[in-house]
Parts: sequence; C-alpha cells; structure tokens
Amino acid sequence: MVNTQVNLCGIPLDNPVIPASGTFGYGYEFATWYDINLLGTFSFKGTTQEPRFGNPTPRIAECKAGMINAVGLQNPGVQNVIEEELPKLKPHFSKPVMANVSGFSIEEYIHCCQLLDQEEQIGWLEVNISCPNVHGGGMSFGTSPRAAFDVTKAVKTVTKKPVFIKLTPNVTDIVSIAKACEDGGADGISLINTLLGMRIDLKTKKPVIANKMGGFSGSAIFPVALRMVYQVYEAVSIPIIGIGGVSTAEDVIEMMLAGATAVQVGAANLINPYACKEIIETLPQTMDQYRIQSLQEIIGGAHT
Amino acid sequence: MHEDVMKQSMFTLETNEKIAKNTYRMALTGDNGDCTAPGQFVNIRLNGFYLRRPISVCERTENGIVLIYKTVGSGTEYMATLERGTELDLLTGLGNGYTTQQSGESPLLIGGGVGVPPLYDLTKLLVSEGKSVTAILGFCTGEEVFYADAFSALGANVIITTEDGSRGIRGYVTHALPLAYSYVYTCGPEPMLKAVYAATTTSGQFSFEERMACGFGACMGCSCKTKYGNKRICKDGPVLEKEEILW
Repeated sequence: MVNTQVNLCGIPLDNPVIPASGTFGYGYEFATWYDINLLGTFSFKGTTQEPRFGNPTPRIAECKAGMINAVGLQNPGVQNVIEEELPKLKPHFSKPVMANVSGFSIEEYIHCCQLLDQEEQIGWLEVNISCPNVHGGGMSFGTSPRAAFDVTKAVKTVTKKPVFIKLTPNVTDIVSIAKACEDGGADGISLINTLLGMRIDLKTKKPVIANKMGGFSGSAIFPVALRMVYQVYEAVSIPIIGIGGVSTAEDVIEMMLAGATAVQVGAANLINPYACKEIIETLPQTMDQYRIQSLQEIIGGAHT
Repeated sequence: MHEDVMKQSMFTLETNEKIAKNTYRMALTGDNGDCTAPGQFVNIRLNGFYLRRPISVCERTENGIVLIYKTVGSGTEYMATLERGTELDLLTGLGNGYTTQQSGESPLLIGGGVGVPPLYDLTKLLVSEGKSVTAILGFCTGEEVFYADAFSALGANVIITTEDGSRGIRGYVTHALPLAYSYVYTCGPEPMLKAVYAATTTSGQFSFEERMACGFGACMGCSCKTKYGNKRICKDGPVLEKEEILW
C-alpha cells in the first residue's frame, strides 16, 4: 500500500493534487463531473476586492500543446465570494480550500486576506502577484523582489493562515523573488503562473486575443515550471507548490522530485474535466511502477 | 427547462460527408441522453489539438447525434478527414439551448451559415408542438446552401437568402422577414444577430458564438455582459433572451 499523503504547512493532504486557480471556478462547478472531495484541495478563482468583468473577448487562443488565456481576473469580488460562493461550495467539499487572492495595491491584498482569514472553509491563502493579464497590478508585484517582499509582509500581518505567494515566470531571476517572499514571511511559494505569450490570426493578420497578449499554459510549459521549482527549492526552505503543464501522475512525481510538496493542475482541467480525478486514481500504480512508497519522502529527491 | 447535466463519453463516427461548400455533416452514434434541448452543443477532443472544438448539435437521432460544421481552420479541416469507425471523445449536454414555451403559434427561425444546424432540431420540436414554423436560412452563396429540403420536410416554410443572389432571395436574412410572426429564434455570426435584433419586432432567443476553452463554465474564457449580469456563453448561454442583450 503506497502513501500519497503530503503535509502542506501543517495541514495534511490526502494527495498532492490541487486544481489550479482559474481552471476550477469556486469548485462546485466541478461537482457535476465527480466527487471533488477526492482532491488534495483546490485553489479557487482569483479573487479581488471589487467585482471584475475582466478583459474583452476573445480571451482564448489555442497553441501547440497549450493555450493562451487573457481572462483578466473575472470574479464576483471578495464579499460575494464569502457570502455566495463559499456557501455554495460547502455541501460539495469538506476539506480546507485554498483561497487565491489578487490585487492592484497592497491595501487591496490586505483587505481581501483579512476578510478571507475569518473563513473556516479556507485552509491556505495563495496570494497571486503574477497575473499577466491585468495592467497596473498583479504581475508588477511579482517582478520586483522589493515589492514581493512588501506584499508578503503586509498580508502576513493580517492572517494566521499559511500564505503561499504565487509567482510569475516572466522575470530574469525567479530565485531572488522567491527568496524575498521567504524573507517577508511567506509560508510557501506557488510557481509558476502563466508565461506571457501571443498568437496572430493569419486570416485577419491581427492578434487572436482582444488583449493582444495573454498567459500561456498547458503541457508545453512543464519543463519551464519544473526548472523553476528545481532552482527555487535549492534557495528556500519553505514548501513549494509546483504548477505548470501538469497533466499526468508521472508529471506530479517529476514535479515533486524537483522540490514540490504539492502540485497544481491547471489547463488540463479545461480539456478533460476528469483530469485531476484521473491523475489521483493513477498515482498509486505509478508510484508502484517507480517503487515509491511515500510521496512525502520524494520531495526534492532529484537534488544531490 | 434544460437540466444541468453534462457528460463525457465516446462516440463512433458513422458518416462524415460534404454537404455544401466547406460544409460537412457528421453522424455519430453514442449516448445522447444528456443532449436535452435544441441549441446545445458538444465539445470534441481531436488528436493533435490542445483544445476541444465546440460544435452545435443539429439533430438528436435515435442512437446518437448529427453535427454540421464548416472547415474554418486546422481543427475543423482535420475533422473533415475523419473516417467511419473513428472513436471521438465528446463532452455532451453543454449550454442551455432553446426553450419553446414562449414561441407562440408562428415562430420565425433565422439561421446564418453554420448557425442553421441548431435550428433543425428546434424546428422539429416546434412542429411537434403544432406550431407553424417559418425558417429563413441565409448563406453567402448558393454553393453553401444546405438543409433547405430537410427543413421543408419537417413542415417548415423555408426561405433561402444568399448574399450574391445565386439562390433564393438576394441579400441578407433581414431582407426576407415576413410580415407577421410570434417570436424569433436565431443563430449565426454576430453581425447577423445584430441585424436581426434591430429588424425584428417580437421577443426572441439569440444563440451566440465565442472562442472558448472548456465549454462547461470553468475558465471564464467566453464571458459577456448582459442586462442580468455577466454570463458565460458556454454555460449560461449560448442562447440569450433578446431582452437581456446589451445592444
């Protein structure tokens, strides 16, 4: 009997598989496909202080082995998430959920984290300082070690829940940003968010996406994400959630060997609604195949 | 009302034939139990393509579904090469579809290009309810016309329009509006929907197209604003009530 349990900042997960923010709504939408209590946990849709419609459409473009999205943090706002979305989730999910938060100012991050800190259903906060699809916020905090430090420190003062900072790969030195978050008191690092990309339609000769550029995700980005998890694992001592192009149990194991304590699955949920369920169900046999007894024990196993 | 049931299942390709210029008809056998309303769509996984392809259901048959699609890019061009016996992974029961309670006795159906197919099953349903259906089917050219006889065979009064006048009435679908009708059902490209919105006088249901990733409400890729708040074309649509459209 293999052991798929991992410990994420003191909270045990039955398995390390976590649907990534923005690909799983507020969870209950997927309850029509399968029992979502199978999941380790999931990270809910990026939530901001005010409701947001997001960017104009088209917001989606297909790529080889991936896709680009420029949704732009569409969400009903933190108040509505607390009053409407979390109660709707409750009958479907009995585990602690990961709350993904985004903002345009430190005050906004503080406001959202303060409110979400009061919610019993929430186990962890995942602070997104890496959205490539909004201007004047999001990613701008994640591209400077100083700003990343400041946001981390600020949200840590308003919550007792473990705080993961979600980082963008669109930087010259991911390690310095991750270290700044650790210095600011982060309990963990989520990486990576999407890579900034674009497509041009040969018929119209114009960008496919209304916002011109968007976040590239899907299988194609797995090696980039894996490399960054590997690099950051060497530099920090807090847990890492590995994200980027994961779509199989093998990918989960590979990401954990690079240094991830848990793994998020994003775009794969959008093409196969059962992606996470299938990964979780095949994990034990895949572990057997590679003679792995316990997932917790392989974290960072690729490092010497 | 349509129930919120969606399913992933395998379908088998029975026929896949060209029925007009760049237009193909695909008959599939499989579990169609979740296709509960005309105007819903399926999302098809294709080998070698990352995203599924959303295609509206033309007809729910005894043992499967019929899809009509136009080759507009590499995905649909690949679909056109698929042969009998191919197994396809489909998400079914997607979208809200049309409802017929408000149709009145003489509904007007207006389809443009590959907006025509979902009106086929709607016609069938309306006719079975004893309603007198007029269907305006608009195309760019006569070579692209399909299903005119099929709509007639269901008992609809069919009017064909082509932009170049090579078949039927010359011009757009709005050039062929009858004097009286009780309700409007339409599906087609957005400029056509806008023209129909402006030219028709009754209430109606408008089916929209948008680029989407998941097709089942998760990614927020296909959101639009309506009078009743933000909606996802894939999940809260593709059919919107005329009254809620912000034009």
